[in-house]
Amino acid sequence: MFRQVKQAFSTPKFLIGFIIFTSVFLLAIIYPLISPFTPLQLVSRQSFTAPGRYVNIQDVVENRDRRYFLLNVEENRVADVLSVEDSLRMIDFLETHLDFPPGVLSVEDEPALIAAWNANYDPNQRIQGMTLAAHNENVRFNERLQVAISEEGVILAYFNEDGELVQDTANMFESRDFVNVNSIVNLVHLPLGTDNFGRDVLTQLLSAVMTSLRLGLIAGAVATTIGLSFGLISGYTGGFVDDAILFITNLFTVIPGFVLLILISNAMDPGARSVNTVAIVIGFTAWPWTCRSVRSQVLSLRNRDHVNLSKLSGHSMPRIILNDILPYVASYVVMALILQISTAILAEAQLSMLGLGPSTTDVATLGLMMNWAQMFSAWQAGAWWAFVPIILAIAAIAFSMNLMNTGLDQVFNPQLREG
Amino acid sequence: MPMSLQELQNKPSVLRGDKVTKIFGYGVNKNTAVNEVNFNFRESEVVSIVGESGSGKTTLAKMVLGLIGVTQGDIYFRDAVRDISSHKKKKEYWKGIQAVFQDPFSSFNMFNRIDTLLLDCINLMGGKKLPKEEKVRLMTDACSFVNLKYEELTNKYPFELSGGQMQRLMIARIFLLKPKILIADEPTSMVDACSRATILDMLLKLRDEVNMTIIFITHDIGLAYYVSDTVYIMEHGQFVESGTAEDVILNPQAEYTKRLISDVPKIHEEWDLSTVAGL
Amino acid sequence: MGKIMLEVKDLKTKYVTRFKENVYAVDGVSLEIEEGKSLGVAGESGCGKSTLALSLMGYYFAPLHYISGEIIIDGKNISGMKPDDVRKNILGTEVAYIPQAAMNALNPTQKVIRFIEDVIHAHDKSVSKKDIFDMARKRFEILGLPQEVLNRYSVELSGGMKQRTVIAISTILSPKVLIADEPSSALDVTSQKMVIKMMRDLMEKGYIKSMIFITHELPLLYNVTDHIMVMYAGQIVERGTAREMVFDPVHPYSKGLMGSIIVPEEGTRDVKLEAIPGTPPNLKKPPAGCRFAARCKYVIPTCSLGERSRRVFDDNRMHLCIHSVDFLRETYAKEGTGIAAIKSQKSENLKENKKTSEKTQENASNKSSENESEV
Repeated sequence: MFRQVKQAFSTPKFLIGFIIFTSVFLLAIIYPLISPFTPLQLVSRQSFTAPGRYVNIQDVVENRDRRYFLLNVEENRVADVLSVEDSLRMIDFLETHLDFPPGVLSVEDEPALIAAWNANYDPNQRIQGMTLAAHNENVRFNERLQVAISEEGVILAYFNEDGELVQDTANMFESRDFVNVNSIVNLVHLPLGTDNFGRDVLTQLLSAVMTSLRLGLIAGAVATTIGLSFGLISGYTGGFVDDAILFITNLFTVIPGFVLLILISNAMDPGARSVNTVAIVIGFTAWPWTCRSVRSQVLSLRNRDHVNLSKLSGHSMPRIILNDILPYVASYVVMALILQISTAILAEAQLSMLGLGPSTTDVATLGLMMNWAQMFSAWQAGAWWAFVPIILAIAAIAFSMNLMNTGLDQVFNPQLREG
Repeated sequence: MPMSLQELQNKPSVLRGDKVTKIFGYGVNKNTAVNEVNFNFRESEVVSIVGESGSGKTTLAKMVLGLIGVTQGDIYFRDAVRDISSHKKKKEYWKGIQAVFQDPFSSFNMFNRIDTLLLDCINLMGGKKLPKEEKVRLMTDACSFVNLKYEELTNKYPFELSGGQMQRLMIARIFLLKPKILIADEPTSMVDACSRATILDMLLKLRDEVNMTIIFITHDIGLAYYVSDTVYIMEHGQFVESGTAEDVILNPQAEYTKRLISDVPKIHEEWDLSTVAGL
Repeated sequence: MGKIMLEVKDLKTKYVTRFKENVYAVDGVSLEIEEGKSLGVAGESGCGKSTLALSLMGYYFAPLHYISGEIIIDGKNISGMKPDDVRKNILGTEVAYIPQAAMNALNPTQKVIRFIEDVIHAHDKSVSKKDIFDMARKRFEILGLPQEVLNRYSVELSGGMKQRTVIAISTILSPKVLIADEPSSALDVTSQKMVIKMMRDLMEKGYIKSMIFITHELPLLYNVTDHIMVMYAGQIVERGTAREMVFDPVHPYSKGLMGSIIVPEEGTRDVKLEAIPGTPPNLKKPPAGCRFAARCKYVIPTCSLGERSRRVFDDNRMHLCIHSVDFLRETYAKEGTGIAAIKSQKSENLKENKKTSEKTQENASNKSSENESEV
């Protein structure tokens, strides 16, 4: 056994797979310990905060005794929304479609441009000869613009001795005023930004990896247990039992597993769909191929002389199965288990994408995170950090497990060994 | 030494088969592996069942051992119809009949220590409650019977032994069980020529000690001639010829036997290659 | 003495295991085969006989490595050639190799004629398919194989037929040396006999100039080859003609090996079989001196000191033992065991009649091959 483990580690495939898997696994264990947040804690009020280091606004404003007055807030905010291209597009739109005299509007004169836009643009009006896409884009742009200009400006103020709010006119906020970053108490590091609810993606992702692995392990264990016991019994006993088990196995193989999975998940009360139940459901639909391959191995094993010898020594059937057959298929079963785990993780991701995954509000799974990203249009919002890391994590887990499986295969089937 | 015909006929029968038949499959796939075979093996007789691959000799051996069922016909163990309908009865039957298989490398469960194999035999013979020292003594005896040292083998795994040693250990197992009948399925075909003599010697010594009947299942007609009192030649599931080794091999009557013997290379006679049968 | 077809001088090769250990499987083997002769190699499993077969091809690939020595085929030294050159210029035309499971090497999706085309095209691309087919048909006819086989798939052939087809394919270019490693061990006796007959035909008709036949079945070796070499732990311990080796083995190991022969012939029943106790030495660290010393009945303290030198005796026989030939023969005579002890009148007669019988047999085999080709 020890020798085989040593051999497994000497194959590059297993080694690389193992390193990837262990890194992901260790990260998933360690990061939640050092992370300042709990996985589903609402960190930010904004949705889809981009990755970066964040300073709490309060800290910026209430630094020491100084108070700041923000000048031209509305203008700056509008400038944020309104790029040069947008302005050009607005001018173009107003001039071509709404018969605005050319030459009056310019990019530099933003207030006039916005005023002209507000006065003339009607989101409900469909203009002849304009594509729906261009129309919709204008509608969206208009909404963004309205939000930007509708907010009221910010005034720095303080409470005086009487408790009245008084505008602070003494202090000014200028570009040459600095604050030492180290003195800021409430510094937040969001390496992968936040999701739509404003939850830290990295913490959530790593806890989801852990949950998904647990789910995979449960599903894999369920599938392997059912498949292994059916395979052993069916292969060893033969005859009617074999035919019956084979019939059930074939039935499960013929019905597409994923469809069955969807039907079962759908039939279940959404409230009852916890991670564990989903894992069991996945495991319950994945066992047939373990069963089939174990059965075929056992079929060739049961005619081996050592099994005959064990019979002649008067051993009972369960003992022969456990003692003389199981050890020989064990290596194979371990490989099947690894594959089952990685398939289960993928299956959960697929189910959750369809909204049939665990309906949980206290833990995230990889599939649920993908589901959230999809539901809250992370793609449209350009919030790549809300789904790319999850895809990569799923890929890394599945890839490393398949690599380990291939590596083990090379150890257990010497014919596949290279060189 | 081979027994004379007279001597043999006076011995009691230990295993008798009456029209033993084995059919595999149904309908179109029906395959008669053993077809109405009659035999009568006597006490301390050495029998060889000779046939080419596919002649049904291994199937017959498995039926006799009770590892697979008999389709038709009866097998009599010590003149009584053998009853192996339950596990308990089978266990009882297997105290009287045991086997040594062809491939020593696949005869062992490589995950079990060698001691386990020998202890199983002691348990089967009802020695489960014996004190540990007694068990060790029995195992040491068995090992020394086959020129192995128990102290060197204990706690070892089968794959640490050579093929010859493994096969000797199989004989040590038989020594512990002391069955009435031993079925040896090509016991020497996978071991080196040098170890072959040792293994045959040990089997024959065991026969003399416990009056055991040995049934060799083999394709090696030279081996059959060398060791056996009686030879049965099997072709397509039937015995085409049987009799004492001298009669059958030196004076073959059946065409098949003649061909089989002429196809084996010899030392003292010219091997006539011109008789190669067609294609 | 005929032309020497294969000459090997002090060949040494080794295996390198996964754990970078060296296993010296062929350790200083020298041999020569004359034209039209065959040489048998006998020994226990693990003695290096199969490695010798691989090494003789001159085609080395991991884990087998060449250390030193020369392989000269018909005056051409092939040792130290690059594997690619060996494959292009040596295999097939100079040396052909048939391993035990050769019959399983045929790709089941290809017709037999395709393999022959492959073999010929590997050496000469210009030969047309029609010429190849004619050539193959002629060769198959002479060897007594039905021509239909050429257009069959290998799965349609029986085991014996497959093995004979493989031999016919690998000797299609009439190699000078045929190395056959247990070519008939996986077959039943009838097929084995057909394979042997075909190999004899190949020799007699000159399609192969010489042959090395490796097997652990001594009666077969005795009937097929002219000379026999006994190999032990990577070395040749004794060499002589087939008859001498079977009836008058000199080295204690050969003596033991020959004493284990069983044949279904009158009188052999009463001979006590010989057994050699113990196991062969580990070739990672071969013992000093005589490698057989640990298992030898006639061991003396000086056995394990220094390398044994070859002793040549009688008419070009060789053995590797500290004892003199006379001493060994006397000792064996006293013990009187083994196959040699029953030199029956039958075998004495045979010795004298061997030549005549060989001739009649040749006629007979010609005749039978003609019959077969008509089928």
